[in-house]
Amino acid sequence: MTMTGSTARVPVAKTYKIYIDGKFPRTESGRFFTLEDKDGNVLANICRGSRKDFRNAVVAARKAFPGWSAASAYLRGQILYRIAEMLEGRKEQFVAELHLQGQSKRRAQKEVDAAIDRLIYYAGWSDKYQQVFSAVNPVSSSHFNFSVLEPTGVVSVLSPDDSGLLGLVSNIAPVIVGGNTCVVLASTKMPLCAVSFAEVLHASDVPAGVVNILTGYREELTGQFATHMDVNAIIVCDDDAQVAKDVQYQAADNIKRVIQRSDTDWSKEAAQNPYLIKDTQETKTTWHPIGS
Amino acid sequence: MSTDPNKLAFNDGWQYAPAPESTDHVKIDDQYELFIGGEFVAPEEGRYFESINPATEETLSSVALASSADVDRAVKAARKAYNGAWSKMKAADRAKYIYRIARILQERAREFSVIESLDGGKPIRESRDIDVPLAAAHFFYYAGWADKLEYAFPGRKPEPLGVAGQIIPWNFPLLMAAWKIAPALACGNTVVLKPAETTPLTALKLAEVIRDAGLPPGVVNIVTGAGETGAAIVNHEDVDKIAFTGSTEVGRLIQRSIAGTGKKYTLELGGKAANIIFADAAIDQAVEGIVNGIFFNQGHVCCAGSRLIVQESVADEVVRKLKDRMETLIIGDPLDKNTDIGAINSAAQLETIESYLRLGQEEGAEMHQSSCAVPERGYWCRPTIFTGVSQSNRIVQEEIFGPVLAIQTFRTLEEGLTKANNTPYGLSGGVWTDKGAKIFKMTQGLRAGVIWANTFNKFDPTSPFGGYKESGVGREGGLHGLGAYLRLEE
Repeated sequence: MTMTGSTARVPVAKTYKIYIDGKFPRTESGRFFTLEDKDGNVLANICRGSRKDFRNAVVAARKAFPGWSAASAYLRGQILYRIAEMLEGRKEQFVAELHLQGQSKRRAQKEVDAAIDRLIYYAGWSDKYQQVFSAVNPVSSSHFNFSVLEPTGVVSVLSPDDSGLLGLVSNIAPVIVGGNTCVVLASTKMPLCAVSFAEVLHASDVPAGVVNILTGYREELTGQFATHMDVNAIIVCDDDAQVAKDVQYQAADNIKRVIQRSDTDWSKEAAQNPYLIKDTQETKTTWHPIGS
Repeated sequence: MSTDPNKLAFNDGWQYAPAPESTDHVKIDDQYELFIGGEFVAPEEGRYFESINPATEETLSSVALASSADVDRAVKAARKAYNGAWSKMKAADRAKYIYRIARILQERAREFSVIESLDGGKPIRESRDIDVPLAAAHFFYYAGWADKLEYAFPGRKPEPLGVAGQIIPWNFPLLMAAWKIAPALACGNTVVLKPAETTPLTALKLAEVIRDAGLPPGVVNIVTGAGETGAAIVNHEDVDKIAFTGSTEVGRLIQRSIAGTGKKYTLELGGKAANIIFADAAIDQAVEGIVNGIFFNQGHVCCAGSRLIVQESVADEVVRKLKDRMETLIIGDPLDKNTDIGAINSAAQLETIESYLRLGQEEGAEMHQSSCAVPERGYWCRPTIFTGVSQSNRIVQEEIFGPVLAIQTFRTLEEGLTKANNTPYGLSGGVWTDKGAKIFKMTQGLRAGVIWANTFNKFDPTSPFGGYKESGVGREGGLHGLGAYLRLEE
């Protein structure tokens, strides 16, 4: 950011904030951490989210759940597609942010492309996974018995720390396409894209509270994500076996579903499939009477 | 008893002649050993515990108490069978062995029913018509899956997990063993199963069936004991999967114990199901449904309809009819074919139930029990209802696991749903209404895994079972039940 002359325009730096209930507040704690590039230049002051921020986000996610889970599959698909469109339009910003955080231009470009395509992939599943995974069960009594998937509820997501955008998108998309709402902890190392992605979500008709994104220290917030009694499932993307162990231990407080995704290369084709949607779904079986 | 001339006085005028099921065709050994590696073997530490008949408090048999060394032997036998005969066998042959188990169970159905009622206290009508036939049906259903697994999971190649450790409760001893063993075997796993300490006999009889069916040694191992034996299975490092049915409290302990081990798990835990009656329901039919929902198997049912939520305009009528119906319920000898409500499974469980009866009254609710006589010996609890309860009462929030019903009312559909969903559990629920559209509205809104409309407590091997929220993780039964015992490779 050196001034080359008196005519050079002074650029406007962006304030990176967290995303709760469709709004962009600063952390209630007032704390921050400084993100630097590899040469030690300050990129941004990032909100160091707190337990209270997390709790507020869970309240927002719970409030958004009835509406979002009742939205038609078609609408959820449309909104995921819209997110992809918005991301496509702001591609350069995301490439630049990944680059600033240390990735080569070429890799950054590939990652953003993959993230867009991943959203399209899951948008397409919105009205299909139910057909693949549900069942009509031929019971012996006079009942029409069927099993369908329903979203588990509020999902907390510890997104991959080593992937700024693709890992984040790859974990959010299957959760929300299935009608869940979520609270996501961004990568601590590469938080910029997460905040910008929240802005994309915000411009894509995603209802307030469906996705909430926090930035902060993982070791400080992991326990909160695992223990909160109004969270139904937790996705842990962490290669540290001890973290995975602690999370499962703490998640038992309210029998949270624990979905561990370690050592995943999110750029691979195999990192997208409908079983990732199924991970945060419950099976509901209904016995409907047959008779007059 | 009743002064109302239009009311039938069931208690004095209507006596049923006793109709006990005979026991002369049943053989219960004085002592049972552990079933490990295809043989009945003595426990290493030589300890035994007694299984008693809860209706008479008489000892039925002495049963081996498995130590962690015995569990280790069982796991080794299961591993050996998994690496050997069982995984080398053609899937279609695996199916045939499971079919054999189903067939032998059908042949020995009467014997199993009687032992189930003797050991657990449940009415013979239920063990004869529900537990045993359903257990056979489960084996029959899952047998057929063994060579068709690749059709169940699109885009995936299913592989067995290895050795499954399975821990089951005392409320449906044989049926739960079938729910656990049948899908595990169909998916190509081997099994170490622990029945509950108060009801081990039918599982040990099932071991005889498995031996007679000629399954390779070690494919199914049955170790008897209490909590410590269960813990030894859960914590054994060569077990790949834990399947548990029981209390939420123990489920939590299991989820914690296996954290970080990579063991897969399914937990089928407690419940506090709401049975919701709308004013437009067929009321007499609904009353039968309430009775079946809470008094079936003495209320020892995780999916029991232990909360009645009735629309205000018919609440008085429903409660009156329910009280009348309760007067006709026959409580007593589980082996008598007239018996509706058998014995409470154990002294400990009776104490738990009675503590809730005291608690309900302390909380300010009004308690009503049927006036029937109960036998002098054994463990018994009269059918009980509580009215005047509020949502935060512990008898509304907590699982009692006995013949105890908490009754609330509602005005609007939304209020009914809100009350129904307001517990930490989410296993099952019931809806009674004449309107099909309302059924769907309610079944969609209930946060529970199994919803019965105009019926309750129905089970079928093709029908997935399992809970939302703190009622557990995973499903048993049906196609969905296979997923618990497979690794889905790409």
